[in-house]
Amino acid sequence: MADSEFRHAAIVIAVAFVAMLIGPSLVDNYTLTILIIYGMLAMSLGLIWGFGGILCFGQAAFFGLGAYAYAVAAINIGESTVPFLLGIAVPFAFAFVLGAMMFYGRLSDVYLGVITLVVTLIFFKFINSTAGPEYVIGTARLGGFNGVPGFQTLNVPGYSNWYIYDRSFYYFCGVALLVVYALVRWLLASPFGRVAIAIRENETRVELMGYDVRLRKTVLFAVGGAIAGLAGTLFASWAEIVTPGMFSLAQSAEIIIWCIVGGLGTLTGPVIGAMILAFLKFLLGQQTVLDSTLILGLILVLSVLFLPRGVVPTIGLLFSRRGLGRRKRVDRGGARRRMRDAANV
Amino acid sequence: MDLAVVIAIQVVYTVALLILISAGLAIVFGMMRVINLAHGEFMMVGGYATIVAVHAGVNIYVAMLIVAPLVVGILGLLVERLVIRFLYGRLIDTMLATWGLSLLLIGLATLIFGNTTTGISPPIAGFPIGDYQVNGYNLFIIVMTAVLVVAIYAVLSGTRWGLIARGTMQRADMASALGYSPDTVYMVTFFAGSALTGLAGGMLAPLVGLVPTAGANFIAKAFITVISGGASVIAGLLSSATLFGIVSEIFNFSVNSMVGEIALLVAAVILLRLMPQGITGRFFKGRM
Repeated sequence: MADSEFRHAAIVIAVAFVAMLIGPSLVDNYTLTILIIYGMLAMSLGLIWGFGGILCFGQAAFFGLGAYAYAVAAINIGESTVPFLLGIAVPFAFAFVLGAMMFYGRLSDVYLGVITLVVTLIFFKFINSTAGPEYVIGTARLGGFNGVPGFQTLNVPGYSNWYIYDRSFYYFCGVALLVVYALVRWLLASPFGRVAIAIRENETRVELMGYDVRLRKTVLFAVGGAIAGLAGTLFASWAEIVTPGMFSLAQSAEIIIWCIVGGLGTLTGPVIGAMILAFLKFLLGQQTVLDSTLILGLILVLSVLFLPRGVVPTIGLLFSRRGLGRRKRVDRGGARRRMRDAANV
Repeated sequence: MDLAVVIAIQVVYTVALLILISAGLAIVFGMMRVINLAHGEFMMVGGYATIVAVHAGVNIYVAMLIVAPLVVGILGLLVERLVIRFLYGRLIDTMLATWGLSLLLIGLATLIFGNTTTGISPPIAGFPIGDYQVNGYNLFIIVMTAVLVVAIYAVLSGTRWGLIARGTMQRADMASALGYSPDTVYMVTFFAGSALTGLAGGMLAPLVGLVPTAGANFIAKAFITVISGGASVIAGLLSSATLFGIVSEIFNFSVNSMVGEIALLVAAVILLRLMPQGITGRFFKGRM
């Protein structure tokens, strides 16, 4: 079992690596890089939602937090290594505290959704209102709706004028995604990951077996936050500006759509979903006949109705009928039943 | 003294506004356990319906109180038949599908009306209290909201239809055995909730500059108010709207409006942490 999983992960990484090398000959680096960053962002939610059963409506909060942490630290420090680590550590710490607050309070899923949504809104409103000169962290002005421009982008550690940009930045992001994928696969194969999946399937039973569900959910949530933060950090370096829009509801919505369309309960699903949809949005953005929001909305409605498993698992099923019995049934976070219970108050 | 009156009106107005924008969602969630994330966009459609009707020469009150609810009610009916009825009992899936719907509606509105602000002016003039100017239309909203709450209560508890609806929500199989079609009841309830939302959108149209993305301003507040209120439709709505309205106005007057908004959100987080079942999960249990 562990062997086949390892082989599966190795194949995915090998295929992705080849795709990464071929990519630049088809699409320009700039677009490809953002697709990879969005893929990573989608994977962060795919991990906590698809494997932990935690539906977070505010994954954008960690994305934005990572980007702002990086940008502010980069302005103050001027060299990108420490800011890069901060861009991961700050969202991790914040997600840990927020998760602890929610899971130790034993909040059920729908309330979890509301709180993460509200926290994202608080960030959005707060950052939007920081236009005045009194909102300063060190030497960095938060800049309100204008965002924070003009910070040091990613450089080779220790050499602040050896910038990593264009093609090399693309490879950097690609490798980062593969490393994160490998780490997450390892995490899920570890006892911690096994228990996390068990919690998704039946929380009460896991608890009765003596595991501390609250702590495990909190840690998983924080790991998801850290991955989203890493995506935010890379985004900051890609866009060379961070804006409050990163905290917006639309951003959160998009992450959820990527996961659903791509397929929950897999790691590759959300990544592929994000890449396809982000690329589609990019193409749609180049024409003016149809609004891209309209298409995205339509895709979400249709995929909830007709493709509840998502693209990747469905294709997987089509290709391997023999694997049908082995495949674990994944409904949306396993949380649906509990949601219904919670709703029947 | 004058200031006290003005502040009191302002607080009541904030509470009324919260109730008004949440009422439709509260009906749909409280009765049917469906969270309609396109709620904000339903209000936006109600607003546009009002503005279009007024520009076409319809009396503004007719546009607000009749045209907008009808248009949005019919929209709700379509949505229920085409999407939501397949998803009953799947809370997360309904949320996601309606979220998609909200994006779809934003896209459609942008396509039709363009990404510009439109608006109409309030039909009631302001009047002075002492040295302060009070917006007359705000009073109209307060009164209308009070009427609306009483009307919802009367319909739910006093009429036969309200009884059937409540019965169906509690035990659909029983209602079905007694000869009422749950399918029809769900449909009508969703229509009523949508119509209420349209009414709210219509009444707010003179107050806000309407853009296709205006719904986002309402959905979060409505969502928070309804969830924090808990399972009971009216008691929950009243208690949470009052609490949030007062909290946000205290910070609004003592600091500024941005802090007021944030205070509302923080209050919601604390409240849900302390009472995960909402206010009526702990108090007023079993009321309506």
